[in-house]
Amino acid sequence: MSTIIEPTIFELSSPGRRGVKMPASDVPQTDSLPQHLLRSELPLPEIAEVDVVRHYVKLSKLNYSVDEGFYPLGSCTMKYNPKINEDTCRYPGFLFTHPLQPIETVQGNLALMFELQEWLKEISGFAGVTLQPAAGAHGEYTGVLMMAAYHKLRGDTKRTKMLIPDAAHGTNPASVGMMGMGVITIPSDSRGNVDLKALEAACDDTVIGMMLTNPNTLGMFDENIEKVIEMVHKCGGLMYGDGANLNALLGIVRPGDLGFDVMHFNLHKTFSVPHGGGGPGCGPVGVSKTLLDFLPSPLVGILEEGNDDEAPFYGFVTPKNSIGRMKAFHGHFGGGMVRAYTYIAMHGPDGLKAISQYAVLNANYLQAKVRSHYKIPFDRICMHEFVAEGRFEGSDVRALDISKRLMDYGFHPPTNYFPLIVPEALMIEPTETENKDTLDKFADALIKIAEEAKNQPELLHNAPSTTKFGRMDEVKAARELVLCCWLPEDYEAMV
Amino acid sequence: MTFIPTSPAETEAMLETVGVKSLDDLFDAVPKKHRFPKLNLPPALTEMEAAAHLSDMASSNENVRQDLVSFLGAGAYNHYVPSVVDHMLRRGEFYTAYTPYQPEISQGTLQAVFEFQSLMANLTGMDVSNASHYDGATATAEAVSLAYAQYRGKRKRIVMSPALHPQYRDVVDTYTQGMGIETVGDEETNLTLSPESLTSYIDENTMIVIVQYPDFLGRIFDYKKIIDEAHAKGALVCVVANPTALLMLKTPGDMGADIVVGEAQPFGIPIWYGGPYLGFFTTKKSYVHKMAGRLVGETMDVRGQRSYVLTLTAREQHIKRERATSNICTNQGLLALAASVYMSVLGKEGLKEVANLCYQKAHYAANELSKLKGFKLFSSEPFFHEFTLECPKPASEVNQYLLDHGILGGYDLGNDYPELKNHLLVAVTEMNSKEEIDALVEVLKEI
Repeated sequence: MSTIIEPTIFELSSPGRRGVKMPASDVPQTDSLPQHLLRSELPLPEIAEVDVVRHYVKLSKLNYSVDEGFYPLGSCTMKYNPKINEDTCRYPGFLFTHPLQPIETVQGNLALMFELQEWLKEISGFAGVTLQPAAGAHGEYTGVLMMAAYHKLRGDTKRTKMLIPDAAHGTNPASVGMMGMGVITIPSDSRGNVDLKALEAACDDTVIGMMLTNPNTLGMFDENIEKVIEMVHKCGGLMYGDGANLNALLGIVRPGDLGFDVMHFNLHKTFSVPHGGGGPGCGPVGVSKTLLDFLPSPLVGILEEGNDDEAPFYGFVTPKNSIGRMKAFHGHFGGGMVRAYTYIAMHGPDGLKAISQYAVLNANYLQAKVRSHYKIPFDRICMHEFVAEGRFEGSDVRALDISKRLMDYGFHPPTNYFPLIVPEALMIEPTETENKDTLDKFADALIKIAEEAKNQPELLHNAPSTTKFGRMDEVKAARELVLCCWLPEDYEAMV
Repeated sequence: MTFIPTSPAETEAMLETVGVKSLDDLFDAVPKKHRFPKLNLPPALTEMEAAAHLSDMASSNENVRQDLVSFLGAGAYNHYVPSVVDHMLRRGEFYTAYTPYQPEISQGTLQAVFEFQSLMANLTGMDVSNASHYDGATATAEAVSLAYAQYRGKRKRIVMSPALHPQYRDVVDTYTQGMGIETVGDEETNLTLSPESLTSYIDENTMIVIVQYPDFLGRIFDYKKIIDEAHAKGALVCVVANPTALLMLKTPGDMGADIVVGEAQPFGIPIWYGGPYLGFFTTKKSYVHKMAGRLVGETMDVRGQRSYVLTLTAREQHIKRERATSNICTNQGLLALAASVYMSVLGKEGLKEVANLCYQKAHYAANELSKLKGFKLFSSEPFFHEFTLECPKPASEVNQYLLDHGILGGYDLGNDYPELKNHLLVAVTEMNSKEEIDALVEVLKEI
């Protein structure tokens, strides 16, 4: 039997305990539904309010979070989430408006959405933006659907292949797979750029386009980016930008200016929407003029122009060749758009540029500090993140061990084993919201761990040892597949 | 406003360590002609100014707590959220954490998701639940992906009820446009027929049948017969269910459903102008390997402590890449937490009270409204907290008249079903007092 640190909410249940009660009914009684339509049991917990609060507070204390410390998770942009966002997104006018209300009663919401669309267009250099997609991967699928619809409308039906660099996020090929299309993997060259020879060989009239993350997952800005885009366009393909790494580019360069046709934004990375322990995200998509008519519907538009005295009248518009609806209602308005709007409004053009300047400075500073202790396979000025190898000659220490040992020093580990093209990868993204002291302490910990790997490797193999939990048996979880718990009385009846 | 903590002196020191002279020198790899564009954005606001600006925007809306009385549902429901829910969501340990890829320091999120899975499985009467989807509509589309994967793309037909939420039908259409699939059964003329009439569309090429419970018009049907019929032809059945209704109604699991999905927004999540919400997805254990989305399983750590990890990750995009069932890589973590806290703090009895209040008030409203001259209920089928009301005039006119009296009347079904242009879909929850219902009836007397 295992030790239980915190019982489940089901184990805390005891028949007859009450939490929040609802008022008595104020309408005349109606007979209940016929018995055959009713459920026989409702096997849910019975707990007092105080015990619910203590349970979730205890659980919260088992988490590491940005509010607690440094979270250098590559490609995830774990920056500080400003507290004011948590207030603005809960203003009653946002919180208590129904998505199907008449548009004349929600002009504030529509103005916010319209302005956010305009701001994202300006930041990225695109001609249009949809706010509907719920997350980055959802935005990607939206983008791929638009690319396919573009070729289809032109009768260009033999295009069935997507070019994807070997360093790409797994969502890129998965999005293409959902469409039933094929993937051609393009290798990286010795400087971490797209291999132009391989690209040239792959570019033909069966190519839908290319999905490129720039800066890529090595943290490198592709030095031949304009050439790459030109080659893809020349064979009739479209250029998809994975916006996961946009935190390096605000006020630095606009993907639309470089020639990208479509890109998703991750408002939960770049624009400070909190990650929420794995969601909700928010993944708007920007497009060039080429794909403007294919955006999902509806978009927010101006139905009647305003003037000096009156604001414009906003409403919904449907693009001519729209791919359709990606989700119910209008996207992640409250939790995503309001927070991102607040954040952008507080930054302005110079503030946004400073974000990217410092995100890049912090990454290069860390890279410089650890360079002589860890191999950096693509060693040049990086953008907002860099990749080191988590292995040492003559040692059996792996990236995983280094990651777990970092927990003992009070840090969240970097992303590990990604990108796949670097062995034992440690992908480090400090973000702009960390100060020099934190970066120094983190670098010191990494350097100390490199020494430990040589002299006391068992410290790494047994890490973490100072956290409340040690390493998990993942095989047991997958083999036994215990995915649910039950009320104690039901559990006893089962066994 | 800035959230960058670095001082000018520290900046200089760091630049020196890196070996460049200025911040701008870090960007030499960027093509010069496109470098440092001038962004045409409004100047930065301080926190105080931003708060005031956003507050103005929010107040220019008319909301359903302070400005309007609402009988609008149609997939988003105005319910009471106990105070505890938001207090828990506001804990930085939950909302500023990432996906729990490092289980040693993410047990809070992992156990909370495990409990969410358990609560949803028990609610729907199914074996397993995943960690959630973007919303009810995309969860429905993912049910199609499961069925598509189950039959390895060999079955190409979806049988869909015309009384499935119109936006959910749209999303399924968008998601499946690359799969070469046909969708049948959702013609408006089938709307007034019994759900069993859908069985005539189910054939050996059918991968999945999708019905809604209660359906979009509010009607409650027992789907056992259609489920048995579908199983006889080898097709799966997905029931799109309202979680509040499930607190009272026979579970889809009891009817034999293979997949139960839906929108869990009614469980502790504000209507928030449409999102973010919480798609739930439950199924039978035999389909768990084909299910998209994250999944948390119980295990043990090296110290012998019970603990939780993301499991069956080999199904997911970061491992399987183009062979994954779905590209999904987030869940609605924080909102799954909201639903769990909501269910926990109301508990079994409090939840029954919510369901009963919805049921009682909706039936009182339906009864009073159908006494009005020219108004009657569209269907005599049983309903839960939402019903279709036939009006003597187009629903759009009725709604405009009600809005002039500060009431959101309901959803104009003519938007999606031309034949039902005189019909309103009216939702009543525990938030609607008898006075509000009586006011609605009074105003409609005069139309």
